[in-house]
Amino acid sequence: MQKVNLCESCSKEKGVNDPTGFALADLLLGLGAAQEIDKNPAGLRCPVCGFSQNDFKKTGRLGCSTCYDAFAEGLSGMLKNMHRGVMHVGKVPARLAQARQKIQEISSLTASLEKAISAENFEEAAALRDKIRLLESLPTEETATESAAAAQIDLIPQESLSVPSSKSLQE
Amino acid sequence: MMKLSRIIANTGEWLSGSGPHDQIVVSSRVRLARNLRGKPFPGWAKKVERVAVLEEIRDAVVQLPEMKESFSEKLEDLSPLEKQVLVERHLISREHAAKGAGSAVVMNTAQTLSFMINEEDHLRMQAIRAGLQLDEVFAMITQADSELEESLDFAFHSDLGYLTACPTNVGTGMRASAMLHLPGLVMSEQVNKIVNSVNKIGLAVRGLHGEGSEAMGNLFQVSNQTTLGEAEEEIIGRLNKVIFQILEHEQNARQILLQQRAETLLDQIGRAYGILCHAHSITSKEALNLLSFIKMGVDLGLFPSPNRLQIDELFIETQPAHLQKGLQATKLGAEERDSLRAALIRAKLKMMPEPEIGKIPTTPTTTTTSEES
Repeated sequence: MQKVNLCESCSKEKGVNDPTGFALADLLLGLGAAQEIDKNPAGLRCPVCGFSQNDFKKTGRLGCSTCYDAFAEGLSGMLKNMHRGVMHVGKVPARLAQARQKIQEISSLTASLEKAISAENFEEAAALRDKIRLLESLPTEETATESAAAAQIDLIPQESLSVPSSKSLQE
Repeated sequence: MMKLSRIIANTGEWLSGSGPHDQIVVSSRVRLARNLRGKPFPGWAKKVERVAVLEEIRDAVVQLPEMKESFSEKLEDLSPLEKQVLVERHLISREHAAKGAGSAVVMNTAQTLSFMINEEDHLRMQAIRAGLQLDEVFAMITQADSELEESLDFAFHSDLGYLTACPTNVGTGMRASAMLHLPGLVMSEQVNKIVNSVNKIGLAVRGLHGEGSEAMGNLFQVSNQTTLGEAEEEIIGRLNKVIFQILEHEQNARQILLQQRAETLLDQIGRAYGILCHAHSITSKEALNLLSFIKMGVDLGLFPSPNRLQIDELFIETQPAHLQKGLQATKLGAEERDSLRAALIRAKLKMMPEPEIGKIPTTPTTTTTSEES
């Protein structure tokens, strides 16, 4: 990710105040992705819809929902500059809400578990482990399990996601 | 299924209805952007894919209980004039009007709910009402969204929320906006200051038809700029707060004009009345700017308040497509439109008495001086 500091008149000229303008995508994504594109002359492509990072630079729009994962690296800096936060905290589709809550609970329990282990508080650790196992074994609706799996993929750090996907594209 | 001509014959609820603070806040609107999971966004999809998405979404939308009395049409089956009428009523966007095969619109007869299928996103749905009612319109549209998600699988990311074609909409996919009539702030040359400070806190101020459009008739649209990192209710809360501040500034500006520049104010309103009553050719821009003074005159008690709706309707009825909607087929040139517009305004203003100068409130009122945030 690259940080760009602009004075007021430059930001106006580059169209930073107008996030829908192409100039912003060019400026932020262009700088951040320059090296990536050098290594990869064809440019990064979405494995699902075939949209390229260059297409995005041209139109300012993405090709499909998977593009958000495919171009995650370039997008993250852009989203950070564009919005007030990088995590969605609003409405969640009802079918995902239950699974989402479960994942959040498990991840916070896992964090406490690691803390307990490093503090050698094994009694508490065992209790936490049982809680996590119980949560994981709880039945969820078919759609919820499916989306929970999908959501878990999203929780994997971007680096581990983008490396194999760009490699597989080069082949 | 209703015919479009029947729907167009009646003014929408947001124009004829009433709501809190509707003298200054013309309308409140909330739109949500949604896409189907695993399908390419409209701008990148092939025509067959767009058509398939259209059928799937349209079937779901027309079955909503709130859409029992509705109108639904493919964009390719609407004439350019009909599309333009819908744009002038803020029921579809200018971008959507430019679409053809593979796009559609569904709206209820009250014209409070409208669904644009395959605009920039697979689905953009909005609720619009008169006055300051952002909470109410949000409740309406989120209800429709919750009902739709039972049959439609919307693209949702655990970190980024609802996924949209443009990263500026990702997260809530929500754009909440209010249309404000601010002649006092324009006349007292304070409006740029307000626009700048609103922009600084991450909200946008735009002209009559949204992005990139000119401010005409002293009408300004205030909306949220960001969609990620805040819950819908927080965004609307922030917007409401800012709108209340602008509202107060506008009221103060009008009071100060009355106290310090009453002659100028009366002169402007009187001239607007004179020109509108006697013009034989008038552009839509000039008409809107003059109607704005008449509208403020009604607010100030210079004209009888039962005439309010007539004036508000003229803001829409004098727009190019509305002028011609009665006369199918024949497309008028700009000059013919200008004289038709002038005739329409003259006819409507005939019922309206001259401004009553004596009615102007001269008693100084308590004006709260509030600091800008």
